[in-house]
Amino acid sequence: MQRASDILTVRKPGRLARIAAPVRANLPDRVWAVLLTVLGLAVLAVAGVIIVELWRLSSGVLARTGLVSFVLESEWDVVRDLYGALPFIYGTLITSCVALLLALPVSVGLALFLTEMAPPGVRAVISFPIALLAGIPSVVYGLWGLFVLVPLLRGQVEPWLASTLGFLPFFRGPPIGLGYLAAGVILAIMILPTITSIAIEVLRTVPLSLREAALALGATRWEAIRIAVLPYARAGIMGATILGLGRALGETMAVTMLIGNSPTISASLFSPGYSLPAVIANEFAEASGSLHTGALAALGLILFAVTLLLNIAARLLVRVSRRGPARVAA
Amino acid sequence: MKNSRVALLSTLALASAALAADKMLITGAGATFPYPLYSKWFSDYNKLHPEVQINYQSIGSGGGIKQITEKTVDFGASDAPMSDEEMARAPGIQHIPTVLGAVVVVYNVPGLDGLELTPETLSGIFLGKITRWSDPAIAKDNKGRKLPDSSIAVAHRSDGSGTTAVFTDYLSKVSPEWKSGPGAGKSVRWPAGLGGKGNEGVTGIVKQTQGAIGYVELAYANQNKLPVAELRNHDGKFVKPSIETVSAAAEKAVLPDDYRVSITDAPGASAYPISAFTYLLVYQDQPDAAKGEALVRFLWWAVHDGQKLAEPLDYAPLPAAAVRKVEQTLTKLTVQGKRVLATSK
Repeated sequence: MQRASDILTVRKPGRLARIAAPVRANLPDRVWAVLLTVLGLAVLAVAGVIIVELWRLSSGVLARTGLVSFVLESEWDVVRDLYGALPFIYGTLITSCVALLLALPVSVGLALFLTEMAPPGVRAVISFPIALLAGIPSVVYGLWGLFVLVPLLRGQVEPWLASTLGFLPFFRGPPIGLGYLAAGVILAIMILPTITSIAIEVLRTVPLSLREAALALGATRWEAIRIAVLPYARAGIMGATILGLGRALGETMAVTMLIGNSPTISASLFSPGYSLPAVIANEFAEASGSLHTGALAALGLILFAVTLLLNIAARLLVRVSRRGPARVAA
Repeated sequence: MKNSRVALLSTLALASAALAADKMLITGAGATFPYPLYSKWFSDYNKLHPEVQINYQSIGSGGGIKQITEKTVDFGASDAPMSDEEMARAPGIQHIPTVLGAVVVVYNVPGLDGLELTPETLSGIFLGKITRWSDPAIAKDNKGRKLPDSSIAVAHRSDGSGTTAVFTDYLSKVSPEWKSGPGAGKSVRWPAGLGGKGNEGVTGIVKQTQGAIGYVELAYANQNKLPVAELRNHDGKFVKPSIETVSAAAEKAVLPDDYRVSITDAPGASAYPISAFTYLLVYQDQPDAAKGEALVRFLWWAVHDGQKLAEPLDYAPLPAAAVRKVEQTLTKLTVQGKRVLATSK
């Protein structure tokens, strides 16, 4: 009790000092404060400059075709100066969705195993390669995809999917290997470490008392996870998913190498497609006309808008998850 | 001790100042296709003239044109000649052809050697109209060869490239349907097939996919030992791509003063039909006295001694007539209004 009050009395002046600090700050302190403020604002300024510059570059082509028809038009013909972004937006969204569908169950399962079930030794052994996956350059993923994944998809996976699930429109057409599926699978592997590591952090915030309460009521381990842990962590896992999605949307190199680079819209995951970052990477270096450059800048603007929206959504969800457990009817 | 350190420092400072004065750094940027040859040129020229150092960034022809237009580099490089629109933005720019490149058609059909294609068949395949190897059109060109009844997978470049520009320029010349359809350019709307990034991307697709056909640069096909198709040229002869047949395509070409000429589908019995010049881009009048003179002298060396380095690296040297024409152009280049080479040659 004595201790606690000591800490309290020590703490109070500390907090006061922090509030009072600017008043009696000396010159170095003020210089430091100004410097940090400028650096902080510089980040905002850089983002602002990027938007302004992309807008300036793309204003010509957007004025010509109009933003709505630029987004909804599916013809991309540089020779005739026709620019429509729909196949790229479609490809970006489809590959990211495939990636999420594949990565989410694995990531959450892995995170649950590592936080709830694995003994500490195993946890360290498994966490290390997951962190390693995050550090592999994307071009290496692309190469691996080209030489290992694509032949596998073409030779085994796609024919099998076509023969078993071929009644669905997603699994029709000739097995080429390169296409939405290959890009989606490689993205799933790439976003796995992101989702897993954030999900682990989220699961660690679940109070031990919740698990104990569930177990004390006679729940099995699985039931405790289902009724106590997952509802509490659900919003945080959503946030992790959206951050993973953000990475999938912006991934360039690996997708460019595996998606087939053909601006077509097809329901089949076997068919080659195209994505927003891939077309920018492919065509920007050799874009010569101002309209072509402008159209690529406009694609950049669309990508920027999509990732911005997703980041805002992720922040909101993570904040909700920090505030406490989501109320669920048990 | 302190004195000696000061002395050492000042010596170092003097030495680096002297180095800066002696060494001249010329910068260039552009095409990736001739980069292996250019980097050999720059290092060999640096050995001959240690005071001249040339730094080249192979960022792509489009980037090279942009940078020389904005004058952020001393010279640019491009595979495809500049368009009229681009020329207007860079007044006083001069194309200097350096070597010749070719685009070859590579394929992956096990057991099929020496595939021969007519222009009609080739454009049919890339238009997506001929979809099987056993198509009568291919069979007619290849009597006596065994063709599998498998589907054709077309591979093309996904990135904007001079290679695509040359290939589609050829297809536009030989096929009216191609001309009114996809047309010619560095990136076109492909009616069929898969896109691979760079020569290595297309090679990757062709090597891995049975029944694939694609196009890459000659040097790339030679170094990777890919089977190449023989194409029927303007004179009706089937020609295998090689350094000799590519040079032959340039021999009969009439070169305009700005060298912006397409030599695809060139006449001549042994001319390979998909050939093209690659260019360095310099300003007619060089603003910097020392650098400008060094650059002009380098260009002179490149179209003479430099040509001998081309063949080992799978580039076709300029034919003699073209070298003579470039000599005239080079003597007309000026540095701050004064000719550099007029007296020397």
